[in-house]
Amino acid sequence: MSSQDMIEGRRWAPVRLLAGTPFGVILAAAFMAVMVFVMIFAKVLQPYAFDYINLLARLAPPVPLSGSTWAHPAGTDTLGRDLMSRLLVGTQTSMLLALLGTCLGAVLGIALGFLAAHKGRLWDEIIMGLVDFQAAMPWFIVALAVLAFLGNSMVIFVAIMALYGWETYARITRGLVLSAREQGYAAAVRGLGARARWVYLRHILPNIAGPLLVQLTVNFPSTILFETSLSFLGLGIRPPMTSLGQMLGGGRDYLINAWWLAVVPGLTIFLITLSMSILGDWMRSKLDPSLED
Amino acid sequence: MRWTAIKIARAGITMWLVVTFVFFVLRISGDPTDMLLPDDIDQATRDFYRRLWGLDQPLLTQYWSYLMALVQGDFGISFRNNLDAYDLVMERVPKTLLLTGTALIISLAIGIPLGILAALYRDSWLDRGVMAVAVFGFSMPNFFLGILLILVFSLQLRVLPSSGSGTWAHLIMPAATLGISFAAQFARYTRSSMIDVLSKPYMRTARSKGAGPGRRVTLHAVPNASVPIVTILGFKIGELIGGAVITETVFAWPGIGRLLTTAVGSRDLAVVQCIMILLALTMVTANAITDLIYGWIDPRVRVGAGATQK
Repeated sequence: MSSQDMIEGRRWAPVRLLAGTPFGVILAAAFMAVMVFVMIFAKVLQPYAFDYINLLARLAPPVPLSGSTWAHPAGTDTLGRDLMSRLLVGTQTSMLLALLGTCLGAVLGIALGFLAAHKGRLWDEIIMGLVDFQAAMPWFIVALAVLAFLGNSMVIFVAIMALYGWETYARITRGLVLSAREQGYAAAVRGLGARARWVYLRHILPNIAGPLLVQLTVNFPSTILFETSLSFLGLGIRPPMTSLGQMLGGGRDYLINAWWLAVVPGLTIFLITLSMSILGDWMRSKLDPSLED
Repeated sequence: MRWTAIKIARAGITMWLVVTFVFFVLRISGDPTDMLLPDDIDQATRDFYRRLWGLDQPLLTQYWSYLMALVQGDFGISFRNNLDAYDLVMERVPKTLLLTGTALIISLAIGIPLGILAALYRDSWLDRGVMAVAVFGFSMPNFFLGILLILVFSLQLRVLPSSGSGTWAHLIMPAATLGISFAAQFARYTRSSMIDVLSKPYMRTARSKGAGPGRRVTLHAVPNASVPIVTILGFKIGELIGGAVITETVFAWPGIGRLLTTAVGSRDLAVVQCIMILLALTMVTANAITDLIYGWIDPRVRVGAGATQK
């Protein structure tokens, strides 16, 4: 945006930005803004400590149902812990892990993609071989086994999440770098005597950032599903910590008399993946209509 | 011929990497006797089991004998119940094939026709509706969908069983749970592939030579649009298996996925190892076959790959 645009359009910029955007996209963006807010401030927002046990207030239903109280608007679980607090903290854990996993995977994949494109030959063969290997591993099942056998430290869990999906970024980056290098601007900067690293970081990376950002958005739902699925099976996040998947997995045993224990966290996961999918589709169609599918 | 050989060699190398990875990850996780035997057991018994399972050998020797055993199809003995790990896994294969196969057929039968219709009536209400439903479909976590189905059909309406695998009624909810997100994905891929094909010059040629709309779609558009979908199918097998693990756990379906979660829970090294290797083998084979079919349908791929790989 030029400076003139900024001056003339400052007052109306938000309105103009919203004008052409589909309603569903605005809704999805608003929901994700709330989720990011929760991710940052969950511990401040929680009405009770999320792990505070109160056996006298067990299994209170959420507000519209009979028997509910405003003391626990989202109800309580089998140990009388406040569900609203648990939902906030669980969302925080799931969002943070998905964000961390997505970003680490992207950084790793992009770095290896650049390396493969730059070094060529043997490096290219090795890195693309690793990409094949990663794509051939049923990674969810590897994660199950590794978490069960290596124990459940946070470091291992984050490392597994980071290794999930890196190969997509590597493959895309390599392709984009190879084609960008042939374009005029990269050759021009090289001709001026710039070093390879400078050309890659200052000139090629900003030019290929768009498709990579879209890929990041598109990958986010599967990363959050990866975490929640593992925690659902009782691996991944375990008590006393909590995540949306772990809440859902715990609530599964009480479907008959307390269905909301499973449905409320499940719905939250669904809304997060849905919002991110809508945003990803929209970004992709904005960036390159020919890529739309 | 050369191209085929390269593909097969790559698949072989990938498989070796997988097997090696599985061995080292599961072995560095600690001494299995620590996990399986009681803490207060005497050293002589511990040593006896370590010798029995070959754990007293150096790591590289263990790796070599493990590789040799694998080549001969020996996946080891389940630490838990002393049965052959391979037999234990194979016993569960038919149930998992039934589940994933049904889910795959459901998803193709729903996804492909909807994708074709959406592409033919592009930007109509039909297209928008199908695509909106598709976004919901593939955003739905399968463990949540499974639980919702149980709540509605087993606990409220009481028409379908929530767990087990005795009758055909037991298959309905697990297959739907697993199939719906794939149906949504196939609808999207089919739509974009069809839209791409419909704009190709040969479609205009077909029209100009007088082929009717039905003929143009069934004989010209759909076969061409199916090429990318075949490729995607190969990549989806891993996701299908991962989804089966969750679905089988939710519905207590006695397949490989449930065996895996119980084996992981009881730290049964040989069974977990066997499942991981067989799944990787399935995926590598599926990908290699996809590549070969792809190269066979579309000879340009073969030439292109040969050119870049010298």
